[in-house]
Amino acid sequence: MQYENEMTIQFKAISENEAFARVVAATFVSQLNPTVSDITDIKTAVSEAVTNAIIHGYENKEGIVTLFCGYIEDKVSIIVTDKGKGIKDIEQARQPLYTSKPELERSGMGFTVMETFMDDMTIESVEGVGTKITMTKIVNKNTFL
Amino acid sequence: MKIEFQKKSSALIVKIQGEIDHHCAAIIREKIEKEYQKSDTKNLVFDFEFVTFMDSSGIGMIIGRYKNVLACGGKTAVVNANEKVSKIFQMAGMQKIIPQYQSITEALQQMGGMKNAV
Repeated sequence: MQYENEMTIQFKAISENEAFARVVAATFVSQLNPTVSDITDIKTAVSEAVTNAIIHGYENKEGIVTLFCGYIEDKVSIIVTDKGKGIKDIEQARQPLYTSKPELERSGMGFTVMETFMDDMTIESVEGVGTKITMTKIVNKNTFL
Repeated sequence: MKIEFQKKSSALIVKIQGEIDHHCAAIIREKIEKEYQKSDTKNLVFDFEFVTFMDSSGIGMIIGRYKNVLACGGKTAVVNANEKVSKIFQMAGMQKIIPQYQSITEALQQMGGMKNAV
């Protein structure tokens, strides 16, 4: 797809970078002048995807997470990629409240949040190769400016 | 992220300021567990007035504390949840197990710590 504007960053898979990643995404998307509510939704979805890459993809071991953000008109695309262990059963992972790591007090709501807060979310994953989460959202622009 | 504790009536009040994500949830969990264990209070109240962001890691952390408090015979409540956190609370169906109140006073009254509520 040809985006009007796009950016890619790569960062170490450590929990400190969860806040960094969502702030970068929010700052990039704010060029579209979206509503605060849309920005919060995007920040939350990015936070969920990046957290999954760190906890589940790399299981808190060393790795690199890639965050892509792009937009064309009012459609925002976010792609979060890791080269971690991959997801064995994607359908099971998508189920609300399902977590593969109950001992970590995970709510099992990560994918449900991404699906709810964005318009579309797809999961591509190959065991031993990695996971790619693609999310899109049409943002509502502030009209008073 | 900043966390402050206060004891009121039979409840430990946890005031969180800033963002609650996976990174911060681990720190918050540890601090609450330590404080709850050494305090003589049974109930736990989360004051979310100054929480600026929360994702599903926050839900996991709150439900984890709810379970521990329940095991000790106490109740858990959330007060002052703003628009940003309310959306994720509702999405996770958290209001079904953890009640939300408008103020600390209201929470303490509803939790049955009324006599020394103020």
